[in-house]
Amino acid sequence: MSDNPPESGHPEAPIIEIAGMHKWFGDFHVLQDIHLKVARGERIVICGPSGSGKSTLIRCINRLEMHQRGRIIVDGIELTNDIKNIEKIRAEVGMVFQHFNLFPHLTILENLTLGPIWVRKVPKKEAEETAMYYLEKVHIAEQARKYPGQLSGGQQQRVAIARSLCMKPNVMLFDEPTSALDPEMVKEVLDVMISLAREGMTMLVVTHEMGFAKSVAHRVLFMDYGRIVEENTPAEFFNHPQHERTKLFLSQILH
Amino acid sequence: MTVHVYDSRTAEIKPPVTSVGVLGWIRKNLFDGWFNSVLTVLVLALLVKMVPPFVRWALLDSHWLPSGSGCQDAQGACWSIVTANLRFIIFGFYPHDLQWRPLLAMIILVALLFYSRNRKHWRYALGWSWLAGLAVMGLLLRGGFFGMAVVESTQWGGLPLTLLLAVFGLTGAYPLGVLLALGRASRMRAVKTLCILYIEMIRGVPLISLLFMSSVVFPLFLPEGVTVNKILRAQAAIILFTAAYIAEVVRGGLQAIARGQYEAAESLGLNYYQTMRLIVLPQALKIVIPPSVSILISAFKDTSLVVIIALYDLLKTTKSVLADPRWMGFSAEAYIFLALIYFCCCYFMSNYSRRLERELDTGL
Ligand SMILES: Nc1ncnc2c1ncn2[C@@H]1O[C@H](COP(=O)(O)OP(=O)(O)OP(=O)(O)O)[C@@H](O)[C@H]1O
Ligand SMILES: [Mg+2]
Repeated sequence: MSDNPPESGHPEAPIIEIAGMHKWFGDFHVLQDIHLKVARGERIVICGPSGSGKSTLIRCINRLEMHQRGRIIVDGIELTNDIKNIEKIRAEVGMVFQHFNLFPHLTILENLTLGPIWVRKVPKKEAEETAMYYLEKVHIAEQARKYPGQLSGGQQQRVAIARSLCMKPNVMLFDEPTSALDPEMVKEVLDVMISLAREGMTMLVVTHEMGFAKSVAHRVLFMDYGRIVEENTPAEFFNHPQHERTKLFLSQILH
Repeated sequence: MTVHVYDSRTAEIKPPVTSVGVLGWIRKNLFDGWFNSVLTVLVLALLVKMVPPFVRWALLDSHWLPSGSGCQDAQGACWSIVTANLRFIIFGFYPHDLQWRPLLAMIILVALLFYSRNRKHWRYALGWSWLAGLAVMGLLLRGGFFGMAVVESTQWGGLPLTLLLAVFGLTGAYPLGVLLALGRASRMRAVKTLCILYIEMIRGVPLISLLFMSSVVFPLFLPEGVTVNKILRAQAAIILFTAAYIAEVVRGGLQAIARGQYEAAESLGLNYYQTMRLIVLPQALKIVIPPSVSILISAFKDTSLVVIIALYDLLKTTKSVLADPRWMGFSAEAYIFLALIYFCCCYFMSNYSRRLERELDTGL
């Protein structure tokens, strides 16, 4: 699939544009001078050692974290303190978390229809139809009336993906979607993500699943100490890493 | 190599007799070790000594006739004090001929309570029927329409007054408490400080002093000629007091909600109010059902403190009966009856909350 990346010099503006972005937690400089352009339909995998700022970077894109310097533009809207802009962008950008974060007091179906009904103002019936469509897609439609607590981890994560898709997002962010799962459930979640990639969804994925990166990503970013140290196509990245730190990281992760 | 052969007879072996059935239960619950055995024996002895005399006093040797004849030289309880004064204890100084009105109001209340027990009935319509029901109850007590005579609130008393203070107190205090808790958890400094100040000040004084203030101090600040109904003032004091405690309990529930829940809600684009109303509060309030109900129960019982500002609630009407020379010396019976009424109400509340907890359990 990685054989057909969106052409460079695409006429359309990038869907995400980050320029000279910095972020601090107190005195701690988590993200330093980040530059990143993501084209529509592009799939990016972000990896790097623990604490390097991967989560913080993608959380800045839907402003779960606030950046302090530089610019982030998503789908033509710059992220500022304007609350209206933020809510608009959040509705356009789907996010999948490491720990699923489903709403335990709502059924699976209600989890999926909540956003469309309250944010998009979609009629309930239509929202439920959309929800069932996406539940079919993640192969879990028969669980629609259950509560999250009654599902396995892999099932919950697939529901979480469907919940984001129900908002019809333009971009999907994934923060280590498989690292809280038992090994035998990783595949079912990755399969859903791969089929999503096939349909041309723009995806930013923080993951250490290198197989996924090789087969799906157009670009792999390597982060360390709050910087993007290296970025390349998967083939180049895995076969000819440029930086010492990248080599060290890959040798540790690939054994 | 060994081969396991499963003999069909092994399935028929039963657990030892002493671990199942009645014997098993007794052994496990009453005689589990020497300490528990000693306790069991002691408690049994105590019960044998106390229960038969009480039954003899309360039932076998008791008098029930409203005339009270034979009470003076009886060995047992004189329930006549209750049967003779039932209407005064329950309704206080409410005009005798009009007592069907508070009675009807209480029946509406009980009907609404029982209807609300079933979660299937929880719809917006139920909320409206509660509002309508409360209004109708108030109007029934007060009168002044459809040719019903006006009964001034100074004549209200007894059980209707107690229930009025409790029901309006609790329905007022709970939303206020939730708002205070949200305010205290807010990121806005001014709101947060105000809420903390309020909660800590209210929790720092006893309810009695608030009631005194509402009846003695508060009128001093009113312009000449303006009076605020005494019941209303007591009601306000109860609401303000209870809300502070509710707020602290709800705050505990809010803290138990994981950050991930807020983040998931925000990443869907829900705004603050939607996040709170749809995601956070339903979960937080469910967690705090048991402590909230404790507070509601104690608030219900605390309504009896209004006697000190001379309102004739259930406790006060009972005490006035005891002041009558004819019924002196039968306070035990009167107080037992009073306790029974309070117990029924409180038991209903705690029973209801347990049921609610069970029904809202979604396994995570
Ligand atoms: N809310 C916060 N306040 C202060 N420091 C934080 C906060 N969140 C993250 N950090 C710190 O920022 C750094 C980057 O965190 P981040 O979660 O982005 O790392 P990560 O690359 O996602 O790591 P991991 O692979 O462990 O998830 C870490 O050192 C972390 O301790
Ligand atoms: Mg992370």
